[in-house]
Amino acid sequence: MTEIQKPTAGGETTFLEAIRQAMWEEMEVDPRVFLIGEDVGNYGGAFKTSAGMLAHFGPGRIIDTPISEVAIVGAASGAALSGMRPIAEMQFIDFIAVAFNQLTNFASKSRYRGNGGVPIVVRGPAGGGVRGGPFHSGNPEAYFFNTPGLKIVYPGTAYDAKGLLKAAIRDEDPVIYIEHKFLYRRIKENLPAEDYTVPIGKAAIRRKGKDLTIITYGAMIYVADEVAEELAKDGVSVEILDMRSILPFDEEAMIESIAKTNRCIVLYEASLTGGVGAEFAARLADKAFDYLDAPIKRVASLDTPVPYSPNLEDFYRPNKDKAIKAAREILKY
Amino acid sequence: MSEQVQSPVDLGVSREGLLDMYYYLRLARSLEEQLVALFRQTKVIGGIYRCLGQEGESVGTAFALDFGRGDVLSPLIRNMGAILRAGAKPVEIFRQYMSKGNGPSRGRDLNIHFQDLNGRGFMGPISPLGDMVSVMAGVVLARRMQKKEGVAMVYIGDGASSTGAFYEGMNFATVQKLPLVVIIENNGWAYSTPTYKQTAAKTLADKAYAFGCASETVDGNDTIACYHAAKRAVDRARAGEGVTLLEVVTFRMKGHAEHDDQSYVPPEMIEEWRSRDPVERFERDVLASGLVTAEDFKSILERIKAELSAARDEAEASPMPLGEEAQYGVYYGDGFWDRPAATEK
Repeated sequence: MTEIQKPTAGGETTFLEAIRQAMWEEMEVDPRVFLIGEDVGNYGGAFKTSAGMLAHFGPGRIIDTPISEVAIVGAASGAALSGMRPIAEMQFIDFIAVAFNQLTNFASKSRYRGNGGVPIVVRGPAGGGVRGGPFHSGNPEAYFFNTPGLKIVYPGTAYDAKGLLKAAIRDEDPVIYIEHKFLYRRIKENLPAEDYTVPIGKAAIRRKGKDLTIITYGAMIYVADEVAEELAKDGVSVEILDMRSILPFDEEAMIESIAKTNRCIVLYEASLTGGVGAEFAARLADKAFDYLDAPIKRVASLDTPVPYSPNLEDFYRPNKDKAIKAAREILKY
Repeated sequence: MSEQVQSPVDLGVSREGLLDMYYYLRLARSLEEQLVALFRQTKVIGGIYRCLGQEGESVGTAFALDFGRGDVLSPLIRNMGAILRAGAKPVEIFRQYMSKGNGPSRGRDLNIHFQDLNGRGFMGPISPLGDMVSVMAGVVLARRMQKKEGVAMVYIGDGASSTGAFYEGMNFATVQKLPLVVIIENNGWAYSTPTYKQTAAKTLADKAYAFGCASETVDGNDTIACYHAAKRAVDRARAGEGVTLLEVVTFRMKGHAEHDDQSYVPPEMIEEWRSRDPVERFERDVLASGLVTAEDFKSILERIKAELSAARDEAEASPMPLGEEAQYGVYYGDGFWDRPAATEK
């Protein structure tokens, strides 16, 4: 096997490479950081997010495990309580369901019970549009959203992928880091060579506008952008607010944007009912009601599992047309 | 010779060690009796999950650890003897049971669900069973990366040995050759479910074959045998030989918790196990060794009585937490665990 080189810090960087840079750089500066998961070593990760890391850091810090998500998250939690900073990889984020108990009963409650903080990062590829079917396309953020003690981040740009992963690794609490696999090799941007983080809990305005806000995150920020381009032709100016952090989320940024635009769509890729967008909408109804000129519309996936066939999956997922339809409804409200 | 003179039995434990074991056996039992009394006075708020009959294996196995060398344990609900041995204080346990604001979890969690992992060396377990196997595997995995010594011991029950978490943790720890000793307390019952409905394995130690780790089954009511078996396991772990699954066969003398009258347990079974009480057996065996006397026992009992009385008074006089304290300490950064607990006056 040819040795895969250490990534160059910064420069023209894909979303996937941004993740690899973040892990690599954090492991170089902090001996407490290690990576544990299935096929992360020999194979370099199912998507090659840890390519070259076994050769560079050795099997003591790049740990290939049996197919055991409970043991991966459990061992990471025990190590975290003992002073380490583990990164636990779920080969696909769908499999985090197997480790649900370790996260919702052990890691999340530990600090509150006086058992000490559990600074772990559990990360893995999420999301559809890649014809992965019901077990390789999920967006699990809502499963964990109702679990105090956890943090959840969901970057949508390469800059944020790197900065949020570094922030998650340095965070004192358990962070679920969700990376959309559709973005891995499809987006690229020029990253700074120097060390930086993106603070957890802060949203980013991706596009400034005055008529309508699309509150979104993850790969949906690109759908929102298509919507904005389309509506701009009709003279409608759309603001795109990329939440980036799901838990905690930037309530202030949402309210500020709505105060300006008075209309709002919440766009997310998970199923509609009980999705985190439902909480965003509820929070706005509670705290920004006076600013609103129309009902808050949610655009999300169907309340079904993620289907495999392209026709089915395309019907299932939110897209530009669905979002535009919702936008036009509230614009004429 | 017309008269058989019984020669002293060599128990393989020093006089000092035997007296220490006796102290913890009796401390666990007496502390529990006081908790039951407090429960009946409604001063213990939640349930009591009795250790009665399981003090021997709890104390015996915990004695195999060397907390000064970085060893740690994760108890189950019936291992009060084990965490006392690890250094938990009776006043902490009283306060925890009574949900006091200055208890180890400040009224947030119950019973022996509290920890001092990086100090005295015990971890607070959680109620979903089996999870602590991989958590404790992670603790010793960290020690290996940190180039520190230390063996971890984790207690689970016959019921927990049916969980997926148990299998995943055992398998991972064995593959990684981690210094982990997993004690299965086979006490006959998981709530109301007898062990034969829990598994078709002949012994719970047989499950070790699936993992490829060492295993042993020992009489859980023989404190000293438990100590020696656990010591063998700890020595193997320290020597780099990896995981041991140690099954201690014992009996839960009370229901799952105080509310449970265990009517599903045949009374003759309880009677039979009563005659095998681990504390009484320890007294008999140890007196036969000739190393200690009934007088030694008596002075230990007096010491425990005084200590528990003081601890109980202190805990009873302790304040309850302020309700508004519930909102803090979920995440890092609000300083909750760094400032003194706010309590009722």
